[in-house]
Amino acid sequence: MDLNMNVDAPHSMGTTIIGVTYDGGVVLGADSRTSTGMYVANRASDKITQLTDNVYVCRSGSAADSQIVSDYVRYFLHQHTIQLGQPATVKVAANLIRLLSYNNKNMLQTGLIVGGWDKYEGGKIYGVPLGGTLVEQPFTIGGSGSSYLYGFFDQAWKEGMTKDEAEQLVVKAVSLAIARDGASGGVVRTVIINSEGVTRNFYPGDKLPLWHEELEPQNSLLDILNAPSPEPMNI
Amino acid sequence: MSSIGTGYDLSVTTFSPDGRVFQIEYAAKAVDNSGTVIGIKCKDGIVMGVEKLIASKMMLPGSNRRIHSVHRHSGMAVAGLAADGRQIVARAKSEATNYQSVYGEPIPVKELADRVASYVHLCTLYWWLRPFGCGIILGGYDRDGPQLYMVEPSGISYKYFGAAIGKGKQAAKTEIEKLKLSEMTCREGVIEVAKIIYKVHDEAKDKAFELEMSWVCEESKQQHQKVPDDLLEEAKAAARTALEEMDAD
Repeated sequence: MDLNMNVDAPHSMGTTIIGVTYDGGVVLGADSRTSTGMYVANRASDKITQLTDNVYVCRSGSAADSQIVSDYVRYFLHQHTIQLGQPATVKVAANLIRLLSYNNKNMLQTGLIVGGWDKYEGGKIYGVPLGGTLVEQPFTIGGSGSSYLYGFFDQAWKEGMTKDEAEQLVVKAVSLAIARDGASGGVVRTVIINSEGVTRNFYPGDKLPLWHEELEPQNSLLDILNAPSPEPMNI
Repeated sequence: MSSIGTGYDLSVTTFSPDGRVFQIEYAAKAVDNSGTVIGIKCKDGIVMGVEKLIASKMMLPGSNRRIHSVHRHSGMAVAGLAADGRQIVARAKSEATNYQSVYGEPIPVKELADRVASYVHLCTLYWWLRPFGCGIILGGYDRDGPQLYMVEPSGISYKYFGAAIGKGKQAAKTEIEKLKLSEMTCREGVIEVAKIIYKVHDEAKDKAFELEMSWVCEESKQQHQKVPDDLLEEAKAAARTALEEMDAD
């Protein structure tokens, strides 16, 4: 173990984030690990942030940078909604995110996924990766854990899924990434947005399926010590 | 009937004892003295027409445009002082492109109308500025369908399904009210607008005039453009025939 670990290093969200459209809306998903180097600063963080009633954003990369960008866009969207007299569209939210990301690309290090529902276009997902491009996609993945999911989505994604199919796909994908990516972990959070509103779901680590060679999670040391033959994980 | 506001009409920042701002009312008079401008909202779009009074026989037809495109999806017809109108059109174009840059989508017509109205109103608030001497009819087609707005020199703006400003506005409004706009397509609307403008044109007082028309509708793929030449000629012919029939009675 590295005793010279710097706990004051900038917080980064290793992260796995996902945004998927389905027939009638979108599903956003994320893990919950915020790391400071090797130390997990927050094991239950919420990386899916609200911008308006109908638009949310998944944050990855620098925690500070992604929070500031979200805060600014929330502020602008609020004013825009008042001026327009109706909810902002997902496209407008994504464009504002993009303008901040692109114009400050030298100083920011954050990849964002904007997802939501509006009455003109329905459910939409926009990816705004590191340089500040804006791409509208039927689904998109981001964060360090996403490297392990490209092949999975190529095979598992299909057009016109139902809400439950889409959410199951997202939960499965995040849990696969958590299994392989050291910088992703904790719980899986999902946000479903459609014409009826917004639903938040929470899948704790011990409810997720175990993948190849993963061990059962141990929630408490006491359980291990009081077990018939205490054999905690050996290195 | 307006009265002379002696003493209270020298500055746009002075109210009269009966609560009027005379400078704004005088600005409206500049609009009333200009050629008639009409806008109507048909079921599939907007049609706008201008009675362009020709000052000199030596002017080339098609010059001195009174209808301007503000953005791909919207246009403005101006009545009153032409130079003032140019300024407002420039501002509207700038607002539209700025909105597109910041928000990533074409400016909603309602928002454009609000911004133009705010700008016109702005110039009624300071003593070192004079009010704009023009009325604007703004027509556009956005994701909420076709919309028609009118902005007056005072800065107020309302949404209409039929609007007229200028010399023949009273007569024009009467004619527009007779039309069944919700059942009319823009193609038919173009003919009707031409007929109305020819009808309200006062042969005795004014000399020749040129008819300028534009539309934004399904047929124009929701783009604001001049009415195609063949349809314009058809409209003019129909208007002249209608006039002759009326005179023959």
